[in-house]
Amino acid sequence: MAVKRKSEFRKIMKKYWKNGTAVLGTCLLVFFIIVAVFAPQIAGVNEMGNNYQIPRVSWSSKPIAPTSEHPFGVIGGRDIFYGVVWGTRTAFRLGLIITGFSALIGVAIGSISAYFGGWVDEILMRIVDIFLSIPFLVAAMVMTTILGKGLDKVIIALIIFGWMSTARLIRGNILQAREEQYVLAAKALGQKDWKIIMKHILPNTIFPVVVQMSMRIGSYVITAAGLSFLGVGAEPGYADWGTILSYSRNWMTMLNESWFAIVFPGTAMVLFVLAWNLVGDALRDIFDPRMRS
Amino acid sequence: MPLILIGVTLIIFSMIWALGPDRLLASYIKSPEALKTPDAAERLIKKYGLDEPMPVQYLKWLGNILQGDFGYSMVGKKGVLPAMLERFPYTLELTIYAIIPVILVAIWLGVVSAVHQNKFIDQFIRVFALVGWSLPDFVFGLLLLLVFYSLLGWFPPGMVNTQFDLIMRSAEWNKITSMPTIDALLNGRFDIFVDALRHLILPVMTLAYLWWAYLLRITRSSMLEVLRKDYIRTARAKGVPENIVIQKHAKKNAMIPVLTVAGGSVIGLLGGTVFVETIFSRVGMGRFLADAATLLDYWSIIGGALFFSFIMIVGNLVVDVSYALVDPRIRLE
Repeated sequence: MAVKRKSEFRKIMKKYWKNGTAVLGTCLLVFFIIVAVFAPQIAGVNEMGNNYQIPRVSWSSKPIAPTSEHPFGVIGGRDIFYGVVWGTRTAFRLGLIITGFSALIGVAIGSISAYFGGWVDEILMRIVDIFLSIPFLVAAMVMTTILGKGLDKVIIALIIFGWMSTARLIRGNILQAREEQYVLAAKALGQKDWKIIMKHILPNTIFPVVVQMSMRIGSYVITAAGLSFLGVGAEPGYADWGTILSYSRNWMTMLNESWFAIVFPGTAMVLFVLAWNLVGDALRDIFDPRMRS
Repeated sequence: MPLILIGVTLIIFSMIWALGPDRLLASYIKSPEALKTPDAAERLIKKYGLDEPMPVQYLKWLGNILQGDFGYSMVGKKGVLPAMLERFPYTLELTIYAIIPVILVAIWLGVVSAVHQNKFIDQFIRVFALVGWSLPDFVFGLLLLLVFYSLLGWFPPGMVNTQFDLIMRSAEWNKITSMPTIDALLNGRFDIFVDALRHLILPVMTLAYLWWAYLLRITRSSMLEVLRKDYIRTARAKGVPENIVIQKHAKKNAMIPVLTVAGGSVIGLLGGTVFVETIFSRVGMGRFLADAATLLDYWSIIGGALFFSFIMIVGNLVVDVSYALVDPRIRLE
C-alpha cells in the first residue's frame, strides 16, 4: 500500500513539474518567500524601532526618483524599496491569516450545516446568503471604518466577510460525497461512521477547499491593499504595498514624477497574485482529475 | 428576499451600533455649542435614544430608512439619500459603458479560445486573461492614468473640461438624466458629448479589463465542457458545418453558466467604481463611499452600504429569473 501511494505521489509531482505555468508560479512563490524571510538582510532594519514602519529618509513629501541609495525612489519621505521588501512579509501575513481563519470558520459552518441538515442547515445557509448580499469590498470598507485604522482591523474585517464561499463549497461537497457509490459501499461493508468521514468524505471534500484557499490568498492581499490605498487600511508609513500606492494619491495630476511609487509596489502585487493563481490552478488540476484534459 | 433584506439591514445596523453611544453621538452634533453644558452629552444620548436596547434602536432606524431618512451626510452636505440619488446616474453611466465591451468581447474571446484549444491563439488569450485576473483594478487604473494622462496627455481625469463643466452647471443646461453623455446629446451639444466620452475611456477600460479576464475564463471552460458532449459529436457526425455546430449547438448551451457570472460581474463592476471614481476623480457612488470612509462619515457609509447591497440583491434576483428563462431544465424543477 505504502509503495503504491509513494509512486502515485511521484507521478503527480512529475506531472506538476511538467506544467510550465505551475513551475513559474512555484518559482515566483519561492522568490517571495525568500524575500520575506531575508527582508532584514535585503532592505535593512528600522533603527527607530518597529521594523514594519518604513523609516523616514526625508521630511519633504516630494517624490525623489530612484538613486543608488534608494533604488526604488522615495515618496512621502519613505524609502519605497524598504516598503516593498518588508511589504512582502505583510502580504504573507495578511494572506495566510485571513485565508486560514476564514477557511476554518467556513469549514466548520459548512460541515455543521451538511451534517445536521434540516432547520440548522436552513438557518446557516440563509445566514450565508445574507452575508453574501453585501458586496465584499463595501462590507470590508464599512467594517474598517468602524473598527478604526490598522492592519489587525483589516484582517478582522476580511475574515468576518470572507468565510461564506468556503462554507458553501464544503457543504455542497459533503452532501454530494454522502451519496457517492463508494461511501454507500463502505457503509454496506460495515465501516464505522468516523472512518467513512476520515477516509472517504474528507479527502474528497477538503481538497477543493485547499485549491480555493490558495487562489484566494492573492485576492485578499489585493483587497487589503485596496483598503490601504483608499486610506482606511494600514496606518500611513506602514510597510505595505497598498500604503505606498496611497502616497501617489497626492500626486494624481503629475504621476510621471512619482511613477516609481506605482510601478514597483504594483509589480510586486501583480506577481504575488499571479504566483498564487498559477499554483492554485496547478493544484486544481492535480486534485481534480476530471479537469485534466 | 425580504428575509435577506432584513438580515442585511440587521448586519449593517449592528456594525454601526457596535460603535457605542459616545461615538455615535458625534455624528449627530453639528456645532461645539451643543456640548457646552456639563451633562450635555448624557442628555443628548438620551434625546436621540442612543442608550436604548439594540432591538428598539434597530426598529427606530429601520423605520427612518423606510421613510427615506438615512441621516445627514457630511460628504454631500445634505441628506444621505438625496446625496446618493444625485450621484447614482454618474455611476450608472460609467457601468453601462463598461458592461457592453466586457460581455461582448469576453464571450467572443472565450469562444475563440475554446475552439482553438491549446493552439497559439488560445495560449495567448489565456496569458492575457491570467495577467488580467492578477492585476488589481486600482493598480491598473493608476498605470493607465500615468501613461495616458501624465506621459501622453491624451485622456484627462475628471468628468468634462472646465469650460463645459461651467456650461453644465449653468441654468440653461437641461438636466434630464444627469448622465453627462446622454444629457449632452439631448441638449444638442455634440462637442460636450465627445469630451465626456474622452473622459470616460480610461475609467471604462479599468473597469472592463479585470472582468474581461474573468468572464473569458468562465466562457472558455464552459465552452470546452460543452464541446465534449455527445450531442456535439452527433451534430458533427451528421455533417453539420463546424461554424453552425459552434454558434448554434455549443455556444447556446455554454452560455448558461456564463450568464450567472455575467450577472455577478455587473454587480462587481459597481463595486469597482470605488477605486475607478477615486483614481479618475469622477463623481459617483463609489467615490461617495470612499470619501465617506476617509472622513468617518458614518451615516453616508451606512447609506452607501445599504445602497450597494440593495443593488446586489436585486441584481441576483434578476440573474436567477433570467437563468430560468434561458434554461428550460431549471424551469421544470
